[in-house]
Amino acid sequence: MTTTTKQPVLDAFSCPVPTSQHKEVLLAHGGGGRLTQDIIQQIFLPEFQNNILKPLHDGAMFSIRGTRFAFSTDSYVVNPIFFPGGDIGSLAVHGTINDLAMCGATPLYISVAVILEEGFSLDSLRRIAASIGEAARNAGVLVVTGDTKVVDRGKGDQIFINTSGIGIVAQSCNISPQRARAGDKILVSGKIGMHGIAIMSVREDVGFTCGVRSDSAPLHGLVADLLREDPTLHVLRDPTRGGVAAALNEIALSAHLGIALNEDEIPVSEEVLSACEILGFDPLYLANEGRLLAFVSPAHAVGVLRKMQNHPLGRDAAIIGEAVSDHPGLVVMKTSIGGERIVDMPSGEQLPRIC
Amino acid sequence: MIYLDEYRDPQAVRRMAEMIARAATKPWTIMEICGGQTHTIVKYGLEALLPRSLTLVHGPGCPVCVTPIDLIDRAVALAGTPGVILASYGDMLRVPGSRHDLRTMKARGGDVRIVYSPLDALALARKHPDRQVVFFAVGFETTAPANAMAVREARRTGVSNFSILCSHVLVPPAVRAILSAPGTKVQGFLAAGHVCTITGYEEYLPIAAEFRVPIVVTGFEPLDILDGVYRTVRQLELGTHRVENQYSRAVLPAGNRAARVLLSEVFAITDRSWRGIGMLRSSGYRLADDYAAFDAERRFSFPAPEPPEDSPCIAGLVLQGRTKPHECPAFGLRCTPDRPLGAPMVSSEGACAAYYHYRSYQPSPTFAEQNR
Repeated sequence: MTTTTKQPVLDAFSCPVPTSQHKEVLLAHGGGGRLTQDIIQQIFLPEFQNNILKPLHDGAMFSIRGTRFAFSTDSYVVNPIFFPGGDIGSLAVHGTINDLAMCGATPLYISVAVILEEGFSLDSLRRIAASIGEAARNAGVLVVTGDTKVVDRGKGDQIFINTSGIGIVAQSCNISPQRARAGDKILVSGKIGMHGIAIMSVREDVGFTCGVRSDSAPLHGLVADLLREDPTLHVLRDPTRGGVAAALNEIALSAHLGIALNEDEIPVSEEVLSACEILGFDPLYLANEGRLLAFVSPAHAVGVLRKMQNHPLGRDAAIIGEAVSDHPGLVVMKTSIGGERIVDMPSGEQLPRIC
Repeated sequence: MIYLDEYRDPQAVRRMAEMIARAATKPWTIMEICGGQTHTIVKYGLEALLPRSLTLVHGPGCPVCVTPIDLIDRAVALAGTPGVILASYGDMLRVPGSRHDLRTMKARGGDVRIVYSPLDALALARKHPDRQVVFFAVGFETTAPANAMAVREARRTGVSNFSILCSHVLVPPAVRAILSAPGTKVQGFLAAGHVCTITGYEEYLPIAAEFRVPIVVTGFEPLDILDGVYRTVRQLELGTHRVENQYSRAVLPAGNRAARVLLSEVFAITDRSWRGIGMLRSSGYRLADDYAAFDAERRFSFPAPEPPEDSPCIAGLVLQGRTKPHECPAFGLRCTPDRPLGAPMVSSEGACAAYYHYRSYQPSPTFAEQNR
């Protein structure tokens, strides 16, 4: 190999003008990170402003004649529709139940609307309907209304599902991101990143063999236990799309607090870590569908942790950090080798159509 | 995880940092070539463990970053060509071209597929015999053997609708260019371990001798990097300029012979333009004449190149280790991973992206403002 060379041309700093404002929707707009926030803040919020929407919580909370309700909606476009540990049907039930649970609500009723692509297998549809039914029964909620639409072949991708849900919130309960306080301990209910890796392992374009199953599960039972232990619990959040990193960044921004994490305390399975090493992902950014983050006052932290660990969905729970008054709006992590780094809001998507 | 955990062991890392502190009696400037190494340094906060007298500067080893804008524009043009599937590593999708990036072309209906391997792109070509499948083959010597394999397989099995848009660059000419640049501050190099896994390190022997710089072939884990720094500092203090192999668990002096045979069969050395650095003689690969039929630049015609535009991006200075990312006035303000001015802000190996994602928590005032 020859390596003779002239002087490099040092004035050739040719970098282009940016594509500053996007003119069309990019896949990254659905990633749950900054671009998703852009769409919400710049396009939707100005048109819909009202006080119930304003907190931008997982679900809306309001009172009717003295009864407090939580109401939430979510759409499911996961690809593939069947994956280790679940399918698009059970995911659609669990996801909406969890959005309600993160308001501290007891979920009661859900709606199921499906958009089907012409040519989609009816056997698969039966499997998904059965899965929706089973997930709802196991969670103690009723599917009380629904809708079915079909689009031309090629205009959808097999099946998309929207679920909405309604639940009742106890009068004593006051959960919202703004209630985080400096000194609060941050708990996670189990090992993170499993849904993300489970989906990736069966994706046509990635596909690898691993034993990781999605953590998809309804969390309202666990939440009820936690609220019995500490009715003043400050914040609950399920770290779905965008993972723990996005959820904590959102809370840090809305509560104007800093968050200090301890990498050594964050529960991650060996399989998930290995898959992340190979694929270049960070477990903090991977989607979860059966985990919650809780902000708890220091006095209650150990009690709440124990309650979590006694629940089947919280066995691997851990205290992973705390809210601090330093560096408001930023999530900072002490790394396992003793350095410190910022855990940024995800930009774009690690992998599209994860839920 | 075996082969990982032991190279991230906090106690071993601390011990190595102490050894460096004892060894370094003068100020030294060391460049890590590879963007993967830059990410380890910034992600784990390794600079904080080093004595202040040591400066680590970040090199041009980010293939996405040095891919010239003309080639990005060609990829964008192919993505907008009916009947073409453009397959690319995910990193390339957000890199700004003159007018558009690939993800915008995808949103506009271009068939852009993210693949993890050129062999996946070849499989796409087999699956869609009525379409042209072009793989955007960027990278250093590390990714070249897989691309060579895909092209050879395409020829062997007669997959005629497959081609590559080739933007391969080579590390040693870049090292020479950096050392020959007037006023260079770099006194020692951490060479990229994975590149040397393929090429070995014999090519670096004449460079170390000619420019009288120590070059240490270094891995990618925190302990690897600190070990590489330690070995470089020890040589600098002694005034020696040898090539050392820190990454001996993967690198042999002559590299991977099978891969090198494959490379010399499928590719030929050519001059390449490096984004932000300029034209370097004999600094890249093109397809060898026997494989020219698989060269997308011959198979398709392209619009005339865009005239170069003024930009506030100083990627060239960053890629040569002359400026650190956060010293750029646009950093974190006008230039972010969502709205990049240049490639180093979007590539997973880009120095600007490393500084942005893993910035330490004492932000500059402008930065703190941006994040409130």
